[in-house]
Amino acid sequence: MIIDRFPSFAEFIYRVKSDSTYLTRLVEELTVNVTEMFRDPSLFKAIREQVLPVLGTHPFIRIWHAGCATGEEVYSMAILLEEANLLKKSLLYATDLNASVLENIKKGIFPLNQMKQYSENYILSGGKKDFSKYYTAKYEWAKFDEKLKSKMIVSTHNLVSDRSFNEFQMILCRNVLIYFDKNLQDKVLTLFDDSLEKLGFLVLGSKENLRFTSVAQKFQQLDVKEKIWRKII
Amino acid sequence: MAEDNLGRYKMVVIGGSAGSLEIILKIVAALPQNSNASFVIVIHRKNEPDSILRNLLAGRTQLSVKEVEDKERIIPGTVYLAPPDYHLLFEDETAFSLDASEKIHHSRPSIDVTFESAADVYGAALIGILLSGANADGSNGMKRISENGGHTIVQESSSAEVSFMPQQALNLIKPDSVLNGNEIGSYLKNIL
Repeated sequence: MIIDRFPSFAEFIYRVKSDSTYLTRLVEELTVNVTEMFRDPSLFKAIREQVLPVLGTHPFIRIWHAGCATGEEVYSMAILLEEANLLKKSLLYATDLNASVLENIKKGIFPLNQMKQYSENYILSGGKKDFSKYYTAKYEWAKFDEKLKSKMIVSTHNLVSDRSFNEFQMILCRNVLIYFDKNLQDKVLTLFDDSLEKLGFLVLGSKENLRFTSVAQKFQQLDVKEKIWRKII
Repeated sequence: MAEDNLGRYKMVVIGGSAGSLEIILKIVAALPQNSNASFVIVIHRKNEPDSILRNLLAGRTQLSVKEVEDKERIIPGTVYLAPPDYHLLFEDETAFSLDASEKIHHSRPSIDVTFESAADVYGAALIGILLSGANADGSNGMKRISENGGHTIVQESSSAEVSFMPQQALNLIKPDSVLNGNEIGSYLKNIL
């Protein structure tokens, strides 16, 4: 890695093989952890209007954010659930390969300079409240309401090597599959299929698709404009 | 341009920002119907859910115009548009890949990312075109295209609505051609 200035590639490989903490650092540096709140606001609007009314009929709601990075999407979902009066009977499972980014979710602290953009996204997603009521600003940071965090379960999970750990009504995995080749995509989608209840919802990134994948026949897209599928078999 | 160059190019990458849309529409309208090349357009724009830009481009050409999805196959004679909010890269000569990491030059898609990736995959079989814009994105990509033997075209900065971007490239490389925006379409038709 350029940042650690190894004199040769061989020495770099030796360090990766012999030092497990260095391997962790390598993974943390290599993985992409960019995310934002209410990214693709029209998707969140569709979740608000088409998915939450269905989830609301369940006595208990379990949602899995697979590859959640620093957790902006998980907080966005918690806000949607709160506004639909469903947060109290929900659990949001937030997992990522990278343990260091998960610390951020537990803190619930995000850069204040992002809030203008997030507030715009929130309004476009159909939000009717004053977005700033969800956080307290202090210096350069915005600390989000503890109530949102109280329903989150945060853990490391490796989509490639770890197995299904629960059954969910909804799984969100956005802009993770773009980094996998087709075989690995099929493997991870099978894991999602195994982890979803019948009639559960699967949400992918705006340029990702179930078409041409091994699970395509088992899912039906909710609306051609949004990447939300429902498990039909 | 010598006759023996015909058919040499497999990919044309076009990058633009502020003030480039009108030129891009003109270039797309002039694209030949029967070439073996594919075309990729990277333009800085806001993330809008409806493909207004795709429809606008599709209205100017008989070629098929697509906004790239994950692992999209590359088919000759197709015009591809980099999707908003993703960097667009080439997996190899047969497929694209997308990346959602940090913005570069405040831009996602970044022209540099696509141009550098294209230069690595296509080498001398690539044409890079950089148009009007207000930031420095694209000039490093043009440099890589030039170093890898590709053909580089920069819009004459005096003809560009916003001259900063083409001027940055001209400061960094000596392109194969510096053209008035209105000439790029017919020039391209001649070398493809």
